[in-house]
Amino acid sequence: MSAPETPMLELRGVRKAFGDKVVLDGVDIPVARGRSLVIIGGSGQGKSVTIKIAIGLMAPDAGQVFVDGQDTSQIRSAADRAAHNARFGMLFQGAALFDSLTIWENVAFRLINADKVPRKEARERAVEALSRVGLPASVANLYPIELSGGMQKRAGLARAVVAAPQIIFFDEPTTGLDPINADVINDLIVEQVKRLGCTAVSITHDMASARKIGDEIAMLHKGRIVWRGPAADIDRSGNAYVDQFVNGRADGPIKVEV
Amino acid sequence: MNPVQAVGRSTLGLLRTAGSVAIFAGRGVAASVSAPWFGGQMARQVVAIGYLSLPVVGLTAVFTGAALALNIYTGGGRFNAEQIMPQIVALGITRELGPVLAALMLAGRVSAAIAAEIGAMRATEQIDALHTLSTDPFRYLVAPRLIAAVLTLPLLTAVADTIGVAGGFLVATQTLGFSGPLYVQNTWNFLTSWDIQSGLIKAAVFGFIVALMGAYHGYNASGGARGVGRATTHAVVSAAILVFAADYILTSLFTAK
Repeated sequence: MSAPETPMLELRGVRKAFGDKVVLDGVDIPVARGRSLVIIGGSGQGKSVTIKIAIGLMAPDAGQVFVDGQDTSQIRSAADRAAHNARFGMLFQGAALFDSLTIWENVAFRLINADKVPRKEARERAVEALSRVGLPASVANLYPIELSGGMQKRAGLARAVVAAPQIIFFDEPTTGLDPINADVINDLIVEQVKRLGCTAVSITHDMASARKIGDEIAMLHKGRIVWRGPAADIDRSGNAYVDQFVNGRADGPIKVEV
Repeated sequence: MNPVQAVGRSTLGLLRTAGSVAIFAGRGVAASVSAPWFGGQMARQVVAIGYLSLPVVGLTAVFTGAALALNIYTGGGRFNAEQIMPQIVALGITRELGPVLAALMLAGRVSAAIAAEIGAMRATEQIDALHTLSTDPFRYLVAPRLIAAVLTLPLLTAVADTIGVAGGFLVATQTLGFSGPLYVQNTWNFLTSWDIQSGLIKAAVFGFIVALMGAYHGYNASGGARGVGRATTHAVVSAAILVFAADYILTSLFTAK
């Protein structure tokens, strides 16, 4: 019998509190290499905190984060940290494009500033990445403010994938988009993740998006994973929390706190 | 809460903030003195902080020099010492008013702008994005601003010194009947190089304070647009107060020499 494969990303016993409010209460999330996990859950249930801890933007109060078997808390030197960060890509909820830079400079940011790729080559790669997400070369010299929300998301996706990361995080990728643009972004995410063969972790409360981009879905509620299973099983989970969330019912075990 | 508890809580809060600023400053300095540097960012900041502040610093200096000349002439007249006006104007401008006024103008113009820009970047997750793009925000955002302010405020002060003395010269020669060549000669003979150097050293320290306060409050902004507004206000107020405090400390050190 072969040994179980080391997860590409694993949160083990992660706990995080802000003052008295416990946001994550011992969360365990292993994600296998090349798989796409979507974490769903209501607002304020710790989805964003989970992703921030996974990517190293926030330190957990307790627990560990492993990337390809390596405990990230043991990374000490700046060079090792930079090499570690180079494995990640992230599409932010609001795209988080740098508004003082043009679109191509945004997309090529890591190539120019971290990987020291010559500007000419970086520009070519940025334009190529833009074309992969359906943006014409003519937008390369525009500034983020000149693009619509959907186009900004596409540019953010191009920035996330241009350096071929091993793990990509998607933070509410369809929030703020109309259903058609949201579906386009979902398709692009699936396409890019498949092309790169990378591991993906997304957080969303958009069920259409979760069904489309996830191989697996996990539900986070009150700081714990209350259900996890194949995306195809989401409608027959047998879990009261998942059923209420997926069907968008006010009645059920999840009480909206006001 | 009783008064003792209130005082204790305020003291702890003050110490916590001081510690947080000290750590931030340490990280900013460390990023400023070691590679990699972002040359393009630094050049942009030199233009934004230095070059674009020239008009406001120049105008402030010329009016202050002129008003100072009138005040010293009037005050000196009370004990028949009007003739020392050029020397006092030059001394006051180079040692004190040049660096302090240039720093205050920068606190209003630059510290606020830095806090607003970095605060908006925090609010829109652009600082988080820098992390995910393998770029240290202290190297990309904080260090270029610190370096640019430390380098350009002494240059702005040199300009303010020259224009401030010229403001005094204009008032003296045009309305108070001073001889132009004599005014210049008196000023030149009186000033020592230390008068100018001490002002420029002060300016470098003030530049660091102004940029640091803008960056610190912007970087730690929270609470959306309101938080950015609050960060901007705190940056300007704290920069101005720290400039005055540093001015007193440096002046005490320089005059004890």
